[in-house]
Amino acid sequence: MEKIKSLADLRKMQENLRANIDLREKSNEPDKRIQVKVAMATCGIASGAKEVMEVFIEEFTKRNIDAVVTQTGCMGYCYAEPTVEITKPGNEPITFGYVDVKKASKIIDKYVLNNELVDGIIPVNYETIDNK
Amino acid sequence: MKDLSMHIMDIFQNSISANATVISLDIVEDTHANFLTLVFSDNGKGMTKEMAKQVTDPYFTTRTTRNVGLGLPLLKQNAERTGGSFSVESREGLGTKVTARFVLDHLDRPVLGDIPGTVVLTATANTKITFIYTHTKDSKKYCFSTSEVQEALGDVPLNDPLVYQYLREMIAENLNDIGVTLTS
Repeated sequence: MEKIKSLADLRKMQENLRANIDLREKSNEPDKRIQVKVAMATCGIASGAKEVMEVFIEEFTKRNIDAVVTQTGCMGYCYAEPTVEITKPGNEPITFGYVDVKKASKIIDKYVLNNELVDGIIPVNYETIDNK
Repeated sequence: MKDLSMHIMDIFQNSISANATVISLDIVEDTHANFLTLVFSDNGKGMTKEMAKQVTDPYFTTRTTRNVGLGLPLLKQNAERTGGSFSVESREGLGTKVTARFVLDHLDRPVLGDIPGTVVLTATANTKITFIYTHTKDSKKYCFSTSEVQEALGDVPLNDPLVYQYLREMIAENLNDIGVTLTS
């Protein structure tokens, strides 16, 4: 692959990029895509959320999984950071705790691809200081 | 926080929560004056004077999910530990500016870390916000702006996974060109 160094190089890559997007476009309704939210507050970042987010982006690209990876703030589960919330189309969101790089791949293999649950799920009825 | 890139990612999140639409980061490395300065500015909702004074108190936070807020205190601590300085200026309704100054060659100064990754991850996860990142090393300068990038990309979205890789590479190459070493 050519090295991308300037905006002009980026412009040249446009066609390449567009071809890839067309492939994905067929399923491009946002609520039909898998949504991954990585908690990115001080607690998350300090425990490695950035690396975890990179794994999700890279693995999704590699395996051609149609998903959007975004960031969110602290959900109050600082003890279980990094935490990741995954919403599969038609399913309730599930929050996974203690997600390191290894576990991120495991979550993709098991939950994202095969609907199997993985250890460390944070129960939905967990109370933060706010609603105690 | 292991390196400066993590602090950067953290402070960016503050601006995002303040509903900023333009977030800029200026990193200045001055080897003669022996300083490394990080300046964050945003056009978010800003803070009152009282609040701006309180933000470096670890037990002050606006969030309701927990009762500590460590982002700014940790950055302040790291900057001051090297003999540098830290300041927060904010005007309600106009935005906030955070300046952290480190002594460049101090043993306790964290390394820069993966700045290309941090900037691109944050920018591609928040496509509605314009990010402007300028890195100056002595007389050399590199400027990255998501509005320029979006213009070059045309209708290709900024959060496309391939774009993410390209942009990382682009920033890393340009930083390398102006003599920035991320691991030091």
